Amino acid sequence: MSAPAIETSGLVKIFGANRAVDGVDLTVPAGTVYGLLGPNGAGKTTVVRMLATLLRPDGGSAHVFGNDIVSEADAVRARVSLTGQYASVDEDLTGTENLVLLARLLGHSRPRARERAAQLLEAFGLTEAADRQVKKYSGGMRRRLDIGASILNTPDLLFLDEPTTGLDPRSRNQVWDIIRMVVANGTTVLLTTQYLDEADRLAGRIAVIDHGRVIAEGTPGELKSSVGAGTIHVRLRDAAQRPAAERIIATALETAVELDADPVSLTARAVGSEQGAAEHASRALAALATAGIVVDDFALGQPSLDEVFLALTDRPAQQQEVNA
Amino acid sequence: MSTTTTTPDAATAYAPSAETLAAVLSRGERPPRPSALSASLTFGWRAILKIKHVPEQLFDVTAFPIIMTLMFTYLFGGALAGSTGEYLQFFLPGIMVTSVVMITMYTGVGLNTDIEKGVFDRFRTLPVWRPAALVGMIFGDVLRYILAALVIMSVGLALGFRPEGGVAGVAAAIGLLVVFSFAFSWVWTMFGLFLRSEKSVMGVSMLVLMPLTFLSNVFVDPRTMPGWLQAFVEVNPISHLVTAVRSMMSGAWDMSEITWTLIASAAFVAVFGTLTMRLYNRR
Repeated sequence: MSAPAIETSGLVKIFGANRAVDGVDLTVPAGTVYGLLGPNGAGKTTVVRMLATLLRPDGGSAHVFGNDIVSEADAVRARVSLTGQYASVDEDLTGTENLVLLARLLGHSRPRARERAAQLLEAFGLTEAADRQVKKYSGGMRRRLDIGASILNTPDLLFLDEPTTGLDPRSRNQVWDIIRMVVANGTTVLLTTQYLDEADRLAGRIAVIDHGRVIAEGTPGELKSSVGAGTIHVRLRDAAQRPAAERIIATALETAVELDADPVSLTARAVGSEQGAAEHASRALAALATAGIVVDDFALGQPSLDEVFLALTDRPAQQQEVNA
Repeated sequence: MSTTTTTPDAATAYAPSAETLAAVLSRGERPPRPSALSASLTFGWRAILKIKHVPEQLFDVTAFPIIMTLMFTYLFGGALAGSTGEYLQFFLPGIMVTSVVMITMYTGVGLNTDIEKGVFDRFRTLPVWRPAALVGMIFGDVLRYILAALVIMSVGLALGFRPEGGVAGVAAAIGLLVVFSFAFSWVWTMFGLFLRSEKSVMGVSMLVLMPLTFLSNVFVDPRTMPGWLQAFVEVNPISHLVTAVRSMMSGAWDMSEITWTLIASAAFVAVFGTLTMRLYNRR
């Protein structure tokens, strides 16, 4: 069995009086997508920057494919790539120039570097924009170029720090597709995100980080069932039927029902697994229909990051930023 | 972002395809890491590309030296040497040194903005010789120094400066100036990494450069200065550089001053290069 892609033990980073990372233990098996989930300022980026050899840890240790990130930093660098939260491409240069520059720095000959750049631009749908300065790219194009630059030498481990923050839904889907393909090709990905949804779609395992500590770890399914299966929203046609609907739903779901500000809608937090919640929800709908209550709209939502945080820490994610 | 022009076609038409991606994700092809020189030159190429894309940045290596030369020649010429023509003979090598050394501060400013933008994060995760990114950046700046020196020399020649050392003397003098400026740039890379904003880098640069260039033998003969000031001018590396450059341009090479300048250059690289790399690795 080869060394895990990442193994950290008691990793600490202190900025002044702030313990940005406060004893993080992680094990990321090779060939998987691992999600670091947490609000702004939780310490996700700091963990990634230490693993990518950009920051020196103040305590603990970390190994990437068995290489120490401090004493064997060069060996680590040879196997990893980073796409940072802020575009790690040169805005003044064109797409081609950015990739040729990196290819040359990675040791490719001049003609090979040009060839490689053209291939990557093609694969990422940027051929048309190849000779345009990156500052004229859209957010999605820039992100694609950035990821293209990161896989120039097909790294064994790719760090993606909030790869879809600020992207429109279409670009986000493209980035997700790219990540899946990169992983299918054998690269391990460490992904940081603020969105449970994103971690759920991509990651095999997730660590939830808060105040520089891992507060929960597991598969997306495990995390979600620890939180509850999400929320059920129901909108009625007739406000007068709400009290009756509230009773019926509460009985069917075996949970408390909140009355929303809108006089025709109700919200319930589902318990148990996701499948269980769907079953309960359809039972509740059937019961409502039997009772002659007309439902205009019905939605079963996944638990949000807020709900994860509420369940794990008793406070919503947004509050973290204020506290931090 | 408001000025961003997007081609909607390019954004909508793109759908990542498994085959094309798998093709570019070929494994096993890992060329050997480039040599220190090759990596530095590649970073130097980046600096040249930046000049190509943002040519406005050459303004400070062309307009600024011209203004400095004209301003001081006509401001001080008559009063200090009787005539501007005579003053120019004494002053031109000095103002060339002053202008080029002042331009070195843009190295720090440039590095600071680069780091702010995040592109250095990628450079620092590359398995290349660590100082390459900075050395390459200064290589690019060296071109700017040469350009500034040539601009000043042209203005000087037009105004009547006649170097007796000839082309060889002038070329060697510019060479020495560029060597010193390359070495001196490491002071600014240190500040560029150390200070938080572009503005503070500018501020510190001026604070260092103003006394260093003015409290020297650039503008006037130090013999008229009070003793304590003469003592400073004596040890100021700019004074030694100016004397060396003057001697080379006049054809009577002052070997001890030239040696002194080269030793000072080596010391700057050793001290500030080391400090810079410490900061670069720590950051």
